[in-house]
Amino acid sequence: MSLPLFWFIVIAFLWVGYLFLEGFDLGVGMLMKLMARDEKDRRVLLNTIGPVWDGNEVWLITVGAMTFAAFPMWYASLFSALYLPLVLVLLGLIFRAVSIEYRGKHDSDSWRNRWDWGMALGSFAAAFGVGAALGLTTTGLPLNENGDRVGGAFAWLTPYALLGGVAVVAFCLVHACVFLMLKTDGQIRDRARRIVMRWLPVGILPLAAWAIIVQFMNAKVATLPLLVIAVVGALLAWIYARRGRDGLSFISLGIFLVAGAATIFASMYPVVLPSTLDAAWNLTVDNASASPYALKVMSWVALFGLPVVVLYQGWTYWVFRKRVTTEAIPAPHSFKNQ
Amino acid sequence: MEALDIARWQFGITTVYHFLMVPLTIGLGIVVAAMQTAWVRTGKEQYLRMTKFWGKLFLINFILGLATGLVQEFQFGMAWSEYSRFVGDVFGAPLALESLLAFFTESVFLGLWIFGWKRLPKKVHLACLWITTLASMLSAYFILAANSWMQHPVGVEMVDGRPVMNDIWAVLTNNTLLVAFPHTIFGAFAVAGGFLIGIAWYHLWKRRRDGIDTVDAKGNVVVGERPEIGRDKTDHSVWLRSLRIGAVVAMISFAGVAVSGDLQGKLMFEQQPMKMAAAEAACHDGTGFSVLSIGDPGAENCEDVDTLVEIPGMLSFLANGDFDTEIRGVNTLLEQYQDDYGTHLPADEMYGTNSGAEIDYTPNFAVTYWGFRIMIGFGSIAAIASAYALWAVRKGTVPESKWLMRLAVFGILAPFGANSAGWIFTEMGRQPFVVAPNPTGSDGVFMFTAAAVSPGVSMGELLFSVITFTVVYLALLIVEVMLLFKFVRGGVPAAMPDLLGGDDGATGGMNSPGGDPDGTPGKKKDDVLDFAY
Repeated sequence: MSLPLFWFIVIAFLWVGYLFLEGFDLGVGMLMKLMARDEKDRRVLLNTIGPVWDGNEVWLITVGAMTFAAFPMWYASLFSALYLPLVLVLLGLIFRAVSIEYRGKHDSDSWRNRWDWGMALGSFAAAFGVGAALGLTTTGLPLNENGDRVGGAFAWLTPYALLGGVAVVAFCLVHACVFLMLKTDGQIRDRARRIVMRWLPVGILPLAAWAIIVQFMNAKVATLPLLVIAVVGALLAWIYARRGRDGLSFISLGIFLVAGAATIFASMYPVVLPSTLDAAWNLTVDNASASPYALKVMSWVALFGLPVVVLYQGWTYWVFRKRVTTEAIPAPHSFKNQ
Repeated sequence: MEALDIARWQFGITTVYHFLMVPLTIGLGIVVAAMQTAWVRTGKEQYLRMTKFWGKLFLINFILGLATGLVQEFQFGMAWSEYSRFVGDVFGAPLALESLLAFFTESVFLGLWIFGWKRLPKKVHLACLWITTLASMLSAYFILAANSWMQHPVGVEMVDGRPVMNDIWAVLTNNTLLVAFPHTIFGAFAVAGGFLIGIAWYHLWKRRRDGIDTVDAKGNVVVGERPEIGRDKTDHSVWLRSLRIGAVVAMISFAGVAVSGDLQGKLMFEQQPMKMAAAEAACHDGTGFSVLSIGDPGAENCEDVDTLVEIPGMLSFLANGDFDTEIRGVNTLLEQYQDDYGTHLPADEMYGTNSGAEIDYTPNFAVTYWGFRIMIGFGSIAAIASAYALWAVRKGTVPESKWLMRLAVFGILAPFGANSAGWIFTEMGRQPFVVAPNPTGSDGVFMFTAAAVSPGVSMGELLFSVITFTVVYLALLIVEVMLLFKFVRGGVPAAMPDLLGGDDGATGGMNSPGGDPDGTPGKKKDDVLDFAY
């Protein structure tokens, strides 16, 4: 396997890891305003992701940095072309992080309410922006021969960007509900299951449509089986949710995501960022990648680092494997300044 | 104003802001880890309280540093795409190493530490904090590796007009990096030291003001108690010990900053002579160090600068370790730079409106000259203050003076100021280059800042983002400072409410059906969330 191909797979792996992991905590963030009914509910939701959201988010940082190191041309063209959506993502992530940490630091309803909005809107902005960026990565941007965007600040604003944004937001929402079925108990768990039973088919639809569109744009037959696996995964997730098999439902939805994303990445290959102006200006794994020496160094780092990260992150999930319930939430403390 | 200027302002604002949080995270993190270690080893209540109190402040600050760090990594691609394309082969590597080997570790183990109280075995829980803090130092190392490469590019050769990495080891052991790293880390500890002194001073002072502690005829403290508000005798030892730790940390770090700073200065005279000449307002060749120079505030060239007080020989000493080597001044350097790198930017459309413009090789005098002095001045103030603090508390408490207390609290800002000034000096001093040429390195490995900005990004986009980030950052800074004040004033009970006898209804009816597990240890062994959000 050539090094650029290996790195294409690493980047795809990191993106899928990011969507799978942060997918549910972005979704839980939005559900703070969509599903939680009272303060107890909100704290249950927050604490299901409390110990892990930060580690999940690093997948995005890492995919950015790894793209910079392995495919500098891809990184430069994509990030500058998507200036506005990425500002949205950054603002969303800033507000989310700060909301999680600060909402419980002051005992007042309006204070908490404000940070809940920060959490919900921040999560939405991040999910939508990432989705739009990924959508365009796979469908193309108006890039000139230097790889720079032409057509102004809003040239990225196309139906594909919207589809990508909606797809990730919708997926995050159902993914989060399946996650809550697995991580909570009692009323919240029941409510999450009811949402999944009703909304799962709708929630995965835009992502499925995106995979199909990219598949057809690139007209590859070899990736069709992946698409079938994705559909089966989604179907199983839905059936298992109905039967109350939370773990299996979660895994099945994960299979849907992995297979769906694999369809998209595999059918794009070897293009990493298509130019909608002229196919000759497409960025590909070969013309966008770093030198063989840099790739070799980074390969050793990834081969050592990624398994270690997956191991200790897995351990975190094991340590905090217990379901979170309203009973387990301690009363908020206050103190008077003496 | 043009896109280039806005992009530079954005980089400056977001970086300086991010670096307000980072030193406190690194310095305070290690101090808290040491406190928790003391607790695990001795089992003394005072260390537990110290860990909880300072740990809370650590977290409030950590999160904002984390959130704003994202912007740093994204903006290379967003606003500086030509830069990213030019240096991507070598510059991306340390960033990728940072995220994979350091940032992941930091984030995952911090989550384990926050939520792991009583849930993980004591020693494993302690290890999580050590891993977090060591990872944040490793993170600093990689980021400084990237920055040092911009100051002094090594480990590359030019292939088809682009630097291509040929030695990662050279990048990670760049001599610029090897002095910048200790300088930055000691700077971070200086911040933590000042922070501990100021806050501990305030609490010791408050105990005296409230009549809890008194002083006997010999001036020794008589420690009093008011356990019902959490201010018992252990509370006193929490603050006294914190202050002493802070003073020692601050003094050691000042020595470290001075030594590493001197080494860094000598290296910089070699690698970026123009930056140092500007910092000394040295227009003509010579040996004298300017103690005070004045000029027209907008001084663009040397003729406008008058040196009022000068120490002969000092400049040679700083640069070279002796008293008589002639150090090249701005005028000599200017000619040399023009010979080596040209007088005008190429007439190429990638330079936008700067295409064909004359190159100004002198960095902004006012910024470099004063940035250098503010850095050193604020650092020295903090060092002297910490020595005084250590002496002042020799009898167990602080003087009664309210003004002295205010000064100690205000003094927290000095190391922050020194850090920011240092960064502004070192980054602005390297202009007009974004990648400064290495005098002994491969030819052509340098880049003008004017060529680095994203060609496809519009003024409007840049303006929108710089305004949005600045407004959001200001708002969040206010929130952070407000929360820090609140938790500082609350003292230890702010971080350990159970000190006040658990939930006594002060919260306004948020009692859970399951009761308050904190107040009744052992009753509910299965608490998932002892330290919940």
